[in-house]
Amino acid sequence: MSTTNNTLPRWADVLLIPIINIALALLVSGLIIIAIGEDPIEAVKILLVGAFGYDEAMGYTLYYTTNFIFTGLAVSVAFHAGLFNIGGEGQAYIGGLGVGLVMLALGPILPFYLLMILGIIAAAVFGAAWAYVPAYLQVYRGSHIVITTIMFNFIASALMVYLMVNVLIAPGSMAPQSVMLADSSHLPFIHEIMNALGYEMVHTPLNISFFWALICCLLLWVYLWHSRWGYELRTVGFNEKAAGYAGINTKKVVIITMCISGALAGFVGINEIQGVHHKLLLNFTAGYGFTGIAVSLMGRNHPVGVVLASLLFGILYQGGAELAFEVPKITREMVVTIQGLVILFSGALAYMTRPWLEKIFSLFSRPASATTQEA
Amino acid sequence: MDDIFSVLVLTLDATLRVATPLILAAMAGLFSERSGIIDISLEGKMLGAAFISACTAAVTGSAWLALMAGIGVSVALALLHGLACITYRGNHVVSAVAINILVAGLTVVLGIAWFERGGTTPALPSEARFMPIEWPLAEIIGQLPVLGTLYKELLSGHNLLVYVALLLVPLSWWVIYRSRFGLRLRAVGENPQAVDTAGISVAFLRYRAVIICGVLCGIAGTYIAIAQNAGFTRDMTAGQGYIALAAMIFGKWRPAPALLACLMFGLLDALAIRMQGVPVPVIGEVPVPLIQALPYILTVILLAGFIGKAVAPKAIGEPYLKER
Repeated sequence: MSTTNNTLPRWADVLLIPIINIALALLVSGLIIIAIGEDPIEAVKILLVGAFGYDEAMGYTLYYTTNFIFTGLAVSVAFHAGLFNIGGEGQAYIGGLGVGLVMLALGPILPFYLLMILGIIAAAVFGAAWAYVPAYLQVYRGSHIVITTIMFNFIASALMVYLMVNVLIAPGSMAPQSVMLADSSHLPFIHEIMNALGYEMVHTPLNISFFWALICCLLLWVYLWHSRWGYELRTVGFNEKAAGYAGINTKKVVIITMCISGALAGFVGINEIQGVHHKLLLNFTAGYGFTGIAVSLMGRNHPVGVVLASLLFGILYQGGAELAFEVPKITREMVVTIQGLVILFSGALAYMTRPWLEKIFSLFSRPASATTQEA
Repeated sequence: MDDIFSVLVLTLDATLRVATPLILAAMAGLFSERSGIIDISLEGKMLGAAFISACTAAVTGSAWLALMAGIGVSVALALLHGLACITYRGNHVVSAVAINILVAGLTVVLGIAWFERGGTTPALPSEARFMPIEWPLAEIIGQLPVLGTLYKELLSGHNLLVYVALLLVPLSWWVIYRSRFGLRLRAVGENPQAVDTAGISVAFLRYRAVIICGVLCGIAGTYIAIAQNAGFTRDMTAGQGYIALAAMIFGKWRPAPALLACLMFGLLDALAIRMQGVPVPVIGEVPVPLIQALPYILTVILLAGFIGKAVAPKAIGEPYLKER
């Protein structure tokens, strides 16, 4: 993860390079918009108004942000241990299944506050279980985690189709959806809370799972940088062999990390099932797991970065929907395209800009370079 | 008895049609991964090729131009992957994920902008597609029992790309195991230092490998769009790139076993379509989604070492930095 010969100042490394990479991604996106005969500046204006311009837009933006924080953190924590969890999509799907099953079974008999805690536990356990198997197979059977998690995405999807069509479908329903969950299992919407407090707010899908997402960021930050387990996790990420020689149980670290990652992805299920849809249905993950990869790369695997990147993708998703409505030629898939470009420039081609910058910096700071080497 | 036989032949015939893109993409992945470049972007390259070939066929009306365009786009994406993985030493998986997501978005965006049909391209006339080729005397020989049926239904009546895919397997085997390029390709996937020491460029070898991968994915995508179907629909590859990847791993990175895996996965798919809603004795109605998940489940089990051992090329996914 780190680079060996660092000739750039720290601020350039932490801020400038990511910004340049994202700018490149957005530049290419702009060129694509020009290529299909639309005005990119106008598009950005519509997008921003669509994402912030009114109450409802704000709520939707933050609702998407919630999902991206969960999946972005999931990918990040795995990255810190040198693992690539590409299975966030499947883990979120199964996490949602867990939430749905628990709520269907216990919703009618338990009070809200117990169900809220049970929902978190169910999402975490189911998501973690779906990540545990690939982790176990990597550690004890030598199969590669990337391939297994890809396969598990497809298996999760097939399993959900089977369960929704054959088992959990509401009696008499044509669409593959479960019965509605009991009212006591619904998470309060933010607009409900605000209205109760006397502030007028329109109906949006934003619910209190947003706060849980922020709490998860804090918890993960403490875990990664202020706990022994986090230290072990990062050590494994830097050098698994060295970590092993230092007496760290690397197998255990890999498995625990993947379980945390899966649990975080599973929390998407809380937002979607308990928070918004209030029933089990197909395809509620809608690619959020894959967006998590872009979010994590853009946010440089740091919780604060993940929140900022999630917000940006929240804006893109909500503003993109508005944009597709206003300019029919620019569809919602433009956001998917931008996502791909972000992963390309800030992930795959991350080292492309570095040599150029190093050259530019060495031009300007030749006298200073001697002092930095001493330091 | 005759009836069961003809059902069997028709199922095998369907298997061959479904397996063709898998075979092409699996061979593509094989070349790339044997050179040490992980490629989970088979899906994206196929989708890109499918889209561009369908566009080209719709505009020019020529299947051959469409094939060229499909290959061209797929090779361009392969070179992008090569640029990220070989030249800039980026993470292979990240680069491939980027390509898959980028193509999934871009094909719909461009499709809607160009044709305004909600992401599909216009339906193609048969002149603009690769159509089934009747083998000589198929009608006459087809009247013979058993052998005649096999000749007429199974061998004859596929389009050109199906035969190309089948011929590619022995060709790939020959290139990888019998040619000088193949020897070097295998070496660079196992031990790039050794290849470099012998004075052969690691980067150039790997670039050639990803280009071959791009060409084959291009054929696969073109097949899906203008031979198997008559136009492009959004996300039309529907995970076939990943099934091909699974087949390649299932075949332990070797051409002939990978072919068998493709045929097996193709057969599962053909069966899944055939079994829809048909009750089977003892088990009852077979849940189709579970049959469709079988390739993935089997690959996971294989990778876990429960059916033999699948060992990837040793230097796979590792960037090579020439020492100065």
